[in-house]
Amino acid sequence: MDTKSLYEVLREHPFLEGFKPPHIQKMAELAHEVQFTRDQVVFREGDECGMFYLILEGKVALEVSAPGRIMRITTLAAGDELGWSSLLMEDRKHFQARTLEPVRALAFDAARLRQTCEQDHGFGYLLMRALLRVVSGRLQDTRMQLLDLYAPRGVKLI
Amino acid sequence: MSCAAAPLMTPLAARLARVDKETHDTFTLTLERADGQPLAGFAPGQFSMLYVYGVGELPISISGDPNDPGRLVYTVRSVGRATHALVNRRPGEAVGVRGPFGRPWPLEAARGKDVLVVAGGIGLAPLRPVILEVLRRRDDFVRLIVLYGARSPKDLLFRKQLAGWARQPDTQVLTTVDYGGTSWRGHVGVVTTLFRQLRLHPAQTVAYVCGPEMMMRFVVRQLESRGVPGSEIFLSMERNMKCAVGSCGHCQLGPYFVCKDGPVFSYDRLRPWMERHEL
Amino acid sequence: MDPIPLSVGVPVVMELPGLAQLVASLGDRGYEVIGPTLRDGAVVLDLIERVEDLPAGWTDRQEPGRCYLERRDDGAVFGFGPGPQSWKRFLHPPDIQLCELARDGDSFKVLSAPPAAVRRAFVGVRACDLAAIRIQDRVLLEDRYVDGVYAERRRNVFIVAVNCTRASATCFCTSMDGGPRLQGAFDLALTELAGPEGHRFVVEAGSEAGAEVLSSIGHREARPEELAQAASLIDATAGQLTRSLDTTDLRRLLMGNLEHPEWDLVAARCLSCGNCTMVCPTCFCTTVEDTSDVAGARAQRQRKWDSCFTESFSYIHGGSVRLSVKSRYRQWLTHKLASWVDQFGTFGCVGCGRCITWCPAAIDITAEVAAIRGG
Repeated sequence: MDTKSLYEVLREHPFLEGFKPPHIQKMAELAHEVQFTRDQVVFREGDECGMFYLILEGKVALEVSAPGRIMRITTLAAGDELGWSSLLMEDRKHFQARTLEPVRALAFDAARLRQTCEQDHGFGYLLMRALLRVVSGRLQDTRMQLLDLYAPRGVKLI
Repeated sequence: MSCAAAPLMTPLAARLARVDKETHDTFTLTLERADGQPLAGFAPGQFSMLYVYGVGELPISISGDPNDPGRLVYTVRSVGRATHALVNRRPGEAVGVRGPFGRPWPLEAARGKDVLVVAGGIGLAPLRPVILEVLRRRDDFVRLIVLYGARSPKDLLFRKQLAGWARQPDTQVLTTVDYGGTSWRGHVGVVTTLFRQLRLHPAQTVAYVCGPEMMMRFVVRQLESRGVPGSEIFLSMERNMKCAVGSCGHCQLGPYFVCKDGPVFSYDRLRPWMERHEL
Repeated sequence: MDPIPLSVGVPVVMELPGLAQLVASLGDRGYEVIGPTLRDGAVVLDLIERVEDLPAGWTDRQEPGRCYLERRDDGAVFGFGPGPQSWKRFLHPPDIQLCELARDGDSFKVLSAPPAAVRRAFVGVRACDLAAIRIQDRVLLEDRYVDGVYAERRRNVFIVAVNCTRASATCFCTSMDGGPRLQGAFDLALTELAGPEGHRFVVEAGSEAGAEVLSSIGHREARPEELAQAASLIDATAGQLTRSLDTTDLRRLLMGNLEHPEWDLVAARCLSCGNCTMVCPTCFCTTVEDTSDVAGARAQRQRKWDSCFTESFSYIHGGSVRLSVKSRYRQWLTHKLASWVDQFGTFGCVGCGRCITWCPAAIDITAEVAAIRGG
């Protein structure tokens, strides 16, 4: 995809809601399209935090492995972002991301994104605000998951 | 023979025709009249009081096809003494029925609009009749979207039916679980995470929501933040009930009796009361 | 005495012996006569077989959490205030079998209906009691579903109402439009005049049935000064009330103050014993208990009074909605004085003061409302 079509695609992506044209342009210059096949590992637990993704098509599972099994935490889909922790200079990935079907995404080098934020604080503010919105939504969802709302709470029968 | 002075409180002995196991703790009971006559018809969203001889009575939503004359179907989760007794009746035994009671899902409000059904856990049971009714009167509505969340894959209800509904034209069915386990290849996350996958037309949408109260509150917040007005969001509420006819007083929620002013309410009506602690 | 033609609404006078005739006459007509009696230091509604069963010459001193019976020297028969019981125990019984069922192969059949209502005459129904009966009629007869048990009992009742000629300290009927003057349907109404001029009653028939009973009792034309005395006694009673409840915008006040600090204060005192709901003449909550014998041959459905103050009242899967005493007290008060208006068009309270007198923690509903109003 050339920068112009990247711009068009980014303009539509929910993550960039509220971004002005100059900032979308900056993102477009930093983005490149990537594709994954089904069942492909995007990043593993423990990987250094290199890339930030905006998913365009397909589904990705966030998983964590325990002896003998792999536990899925959540499923991400078109419109979601993946790898937000890279933007905060976290050391390593906490979870594994694996595609569940063919995935098309826009990838950003996290280091370059961070650098752009340093150089242009206006852009940096918008990016961090978008990130905060995403992370807060995830926190809400995670809290709801923790509530285990559907668990039976009646008298236990022996 | 019915009690002359207390006909409303006397259960009719219906015959348990079959018991179908849906999941490890949830069963669907089909009741028919012992004399072959049709049981009372019902509107989607209504409930009956089911009586287990000598044990007790429970309010249970009707989960069957409103167009299937003569049968009343209930999907019951065994969580305590009374539900355990109910799901352990054997086919051929009698189960007492009173009702149907309550205000149903207002389908007329959704004419010419998208119907968005959001179900959590056992909440899919009181919503199944309205889904079946929408499918039967398909031309009265535009899109049918069903969002369904359960605890884990083994807790999913009506899987075959869900798959069948998904194949209908202009129908979208999205399922998710809170805990995926190891072999689940579908979506994992709370039911509100499914909203991101939808293209809602909020001014043209009527939502029917049923599930644990906390789940319904989160769903309503999502719906309102996406522009669906509170007057077009309908919830099915649950409270302690002993009579189902507005006289025992147990089911009150603010000024409403859930048994006769509900169990289906628009969110506009519920708004002042739902977020109050211990109301 | 010359019998005079009786019309409904025309007052006559009956001397004291007429009261005994009234009791006998009602009994002759097949009514079980229920009225106030003295037992265990309180006024208890019970069977009246003879006029001597009535507590003549007694009065009471009521205050929050206390009720003392005291003698009075004029021999007045109805000279006391509301007792711990109300007529609801006869119209909306505290414990009644709804039906009995029996096993029938794999099924069950219904054996019996609730016991048929006995024809009863209530003697001594005060204005607040009458107002409470009217309120329960609205709830149990005039809403979407009719309570068959209440309907049958209500049909079979003959009401002999009495105008109050003195007020108890806990009464606040004037605030709630519950008295002291009788309003509503009664069969006979008595106003007791007990003094140096003699002991007699101004009697008025409120129905054809009342006129018929009255015609069988000795009576004479009422003298203008007797009617004036009766009227002034009732007016004086209104003036004796020491408590009031400001109902201005009350529904909005209570529903708009669901987190007022007063709820926590009253909750610290409230024992959630439920006395108030039992003595209250309008509280109608019930529960159903299902039982069977050990072999399961017979099963019963028993309806009993219940109280929103119990922890299990609001229990659903997962726990009780109203776990704290605060939430339960708030439920009772806001139902009685706010949501009752939404549900039935009136307040649920008639100002009889029973909940104040019979609360072991001496909680006063009028003071609670005043506190929330910001007094």
